[in-house]
Amino acid sequence: MKYKDYYKILGLERDADIDAIKKAYRKLAHKYHPDVSKDPAGEEKFKEIADAYQTLKDPEKRAAYDQLGRHRPGQEFQPPPDWGKQFGDAPSSFDDIDLSELFAGLAGGKRHAGRQGGTFQMPGQDYEVTAHITLDDASLGTTVDLNLTVPEYDESGRLHRVERSFKARIPKGATDGQRLRLRGKGGKGFNGGADGDLYLNIALHPHALYRVSGHDLYLDLPLTPWEAALGAVVEVPTLGGLVHLKVPPGTHAGQKLRLARRGLPKPREGEGDLFAIVQIVVPTVLSERERALFKELSDGSTFNPRGHFEQEMKDANRAN
Amino acid sequence: MQIEQTDAVWLDAHHEFSIAELVQCSGLSEAELRELVDYGALAPNNPQGAEWTFSGDIVVTVQAAGRLRADLELDPQALALALTFIKRIRELEAQIGDLRARLPRRFP
Repeated sequence: MKYKDYYKILGLERDADIDAIKKAYRKLAHKYHPDVSKDPAGEEKFKEIADAYQTLKDPEKRAAYDQLGRHRPGQEFQPPPDWGKQFGDAPSSFDDIDLSELFAGLAGGKRHAGRQGGTFQMPGQDYEVTAHITLDDASLGTTVDLNLTVPEYDESGRLHRVERSFKARIPKGATDGQRLRLRGKGGKGFNGGADGDLYLNIALHPHALYRVSGHDLYLDLPLTPWEAALGAVVEVPTLGGLVHLKVPPGTHAGQKLRLARRGLPKPREGEGDLFAIVQIVVPTVLSERERALFKELSDGSTFNPRGHFEQEMKDANRAN
Repeated sequence: MQIEQTDAVWLDAHHEFSIAELVQCSGLSEAELRELVDYGALAPNNPQGAEWTFSGDIVVTVQAAGRLRADLELDPQALALALTFIKRIRELEAQIGDLRARLPRRFP
């Protein structure tokens, strides 16, 4: 079992009173709580803070913790020989659990009643994991392998870490941030209590071509100036393969061309759309012929895209 | 080792939850959930109905509420306020995500 310095985690001296413990916890919890914080390391950090607080706020658990002695954070250690007897309920082995699980199981912990009464039911814990899938997986549906190591109580109420592996089928229709529930795939219930559920957060891998918003996809569509001006039929890659897209004459940069129902499928019916966002691209190096043609166009055209500047400046000055 | 396969269920508007199911998945009591409805932080599909039902996507919100209540020791009114802000943040994040998707990636 690895040692964690709960006082250091909360930024406290060893003789801190309960008010100081509460204050330190609240300050850190407001900063790192995963529902509030955007810090990617916040969840792990908050778990440490919460474990430290759960132990130090309870006088009995705090006394038990203090008697573990002082070790370096992360150092492997064993509790003193009589520690288990003194505080009861300690597991038979300290090898396959971590410090927080040890204290969750001690007197004052909610599991305690389960080992005393024999008939007390405790539902299993819910778990939450993130499944990273590709756009193609989301489009077609996929199966993900889930491997979890979860603390579970055996029939005698002793705590063990258990490896659980299973496959979860994600039906087509997933998109970023969506959630799925797998009933009964969380922690095992104790004494006949219902098993917990497992919640899957869907996270889509970024795609080289498409950007995702809900079930709609966005794609940059580079066009030459002449394709944009004259109109063209261009090939556009979609999740279902190449399609021909008609670009109308006089298309502007930034214009969105919609390819209906070429986005991601929705969970039950229908599909999102694919939007091709026009970009007008000019060659960075011109051949002599191209230069001559552009020059001819420049000389022969009366088109002025900045014609509105003058009028709008006049209007603005008049308003002032 | 035999690995079993499980089908996952979407948490969305097509999947309704009773208040008893929300109690089970949030750790909040029924009275606390009813108070959050009173404060406008949660909205049942059928506010006038005898047995309230809720849209499946509310599970994310009530689980956050359960965690915030337990971890930050918030009273129901503070919890309702926090949930209202979190909902607003999620809406704004979705809008930012949508606007980002519309921005060209390359400027050739």
